[in-house]
Amino acid sequence: MADLALTPVGAPAVTPSPARRRERITATSVGLRTAAIAYVGILVLLPLALLVYRTFQPGLTEFFNALSDPYAVHAFQVTAVVAGSALAIDTVFGVAVAILLARYRFPGRRLLSAFIDLPVAVSPIVVGLALLLVYGPTGWFGPYLESHGVMVIAAKPGMVLATAFVALPLVARAVVPVLEQAGLEQEQAAASLGANAYTRFVRITLPTIRAALAYGVVLTVARCIGEYGAVLVVSGNIQGTTETAALRVGNLIETDLNNNAAYAVAFVLVVIAVAAILIGAFIRRRKRI
Amino acid sequence: MTAQLDEAPVADASGAGVASTRSTKVKKGLPLGSASASSLGVIVLWMSLLVLLPLAAVLGKAFGSGWHGFTAAVTQPATASAIKLTVVLAVLVAIVNCVMGTLVAWVLVRERFRGSSLLEFVIDIPFALPTIVAGLVMLALYGGDHPFGPYLVGTRTGLFVTLLFVTLPFTVRTVQPVLLDLDRDAEQAAASLGASAPSVFRRIVLPQVLPAMASGAALSFARALGEYGSIVLISSNLPFKTEIASSIIYGKLQDADHPARSTQQAAAIAAILLLASAIVLVILDLLQRRVARRG
Repeated sequence: MADLALTPVGAPAVTPSPARRRERITATSVGLRTAAIAYVGILVLLPLALLVYRTFQPGLTEFFNALSDPYAVHAFQVTAVVAGSALAIDTVFGVAVAILLARYRFPGRRLLSAFIDLPVAVSPIVVGLALLLVYGPTGWFGPYLESHGVMVIAAKPGMVLATAFVALPLVARAVVPVLEQAGLEQEQAAASLGANAYTRFVRITLPTIRAALAYGVVLTVARCIGEYGAVLVVSGNIQGTTETAALRVGNLIETDLNNNAAYAVAFVLVVIAVAAILIGAFIRRRKRI
Repeated sequence: MTAQLDEAPVADASGAGVASTRSTKVKKGLPLGSASASSLGVIVLWMSLLVLLPLAAVLGKAFGSGWHGFTAAVTQPATASAIKLTVVLAVLVAIVNCVMGTLVAWVLVRERFRGSSLLEFVIDIPFALPTIVAGLVMLALYGGDHPFGPYLVGTRTGLFVTLLFVTLPFTVRTVQPVLLDLDRDAEQAAASLGASAPSVFRRIVLPQVLPAMASGAALSFARALGEYGSIVLISSNLPFKTEIASSIIYGKLQDADHPARSTQQAAAIAAILLLASAIVLVILDLLQRRVARRG
């Protein structure tokens, strides 16, 4: 309404503005652009380019040798298993939480919404410590679980827990706004026509959230593959057993003093991260259309 | 932290088109049925097992031997110095991000140029990189392997630059959607009345962007406070110099001689970090409600 009222006044005023803006491009803009590009370039692009250079400086043979090392192969396998399990857990959890938060009203709703965000604000090392105190050998549930043959700490279950913890809200936070935008009408119409909960989920909810869900999943994958601190504490960091690809990068630098191999493993992780960004950007752009 | 990052583009994407006209914000919502009530039950149980009980265990351990045990643990000289360093670094990082993040967001929104989509892409890299890889990326430039680039291993400058690297996207991504949504009529009106560009920015743009800047700064602060993976390679963990709170916690957990006492001390430091994160979350929530009220 305000726009309508302003239009007649605004229309003549708009005409000189492109000229003025073009004028500004020559003056302040150059400075602003240069500052932004220089800051991001020096902070991110330059060291990243050096990492790529350092990866391939020793030659392709050494690069592939480093990646086909049995410990490296095993580390990538562990990463795939742990990240895959955590992703499955977080996706199911995220969609369920998003549906509850967006569609239902219940006591404690605000509290649940606040607690969902908690994991991203907690230091990864503290996450590891927290899980250790509950599921570790001297923790609250650790001894009981151990006596029933379930090893959580220094084994894959603990690593999955730690990974699921740090990536917990990503799917829910991507899906909630879309569900809130969509509203309840379609859902209620389908229910009034006799569709059961499963049909409504598959035919209405899932198509609505598809793009947002895909985006949340991409973010979760990126986060799960790279988790270091939390997994470091709970895994015990045992080479060939609980060593993930991210842990291997650290171990190669700090204990093996084999920087070339570390750069090779890290390069693979960089490629995965870049792919995740590109896929995420692609999803976002398609959704906009 | 990422949560806030994602929310913006998603909401923006769906709100940009026709959707905004029929945006029926669910204000009343449905009452819980039996299916939704049981899924709520499962969610709460899982949250408790995964998040709430473990965090409660940290607090329980930290204060398990009373207030005295807690203060004794966090006032050990090396620990106190590390906590102080961590907080100071996090504050500095938040301030720099406030300025530089807003500048980069401004350039992305208002100064589109050839190659700005590349800039947009590069912004996201620190966020998607595994933290240990981010540390290695920093080491590639500042590790002294090559003729150029200062040697920053084991220095506080090294920690600071690394933290700037990993927190780069936060302010950019919180300020950017607000700048995109900004109504330019007021700016044009002010300019046509003779206000200079800096004064238009200070009087009209800044007040509207300030909550987003603050929430970006809060996210950067929280991230910098708990950062570990990217720091570990460049810090060398020198006590009283480059040792940060997270490294102290990890170091305590590796202590095999007095595991019980060390764990209690680790939990005490962790409790301080948790408290700081909780405060930041509350501030963020308040800021976001303020932004939401402005519509």
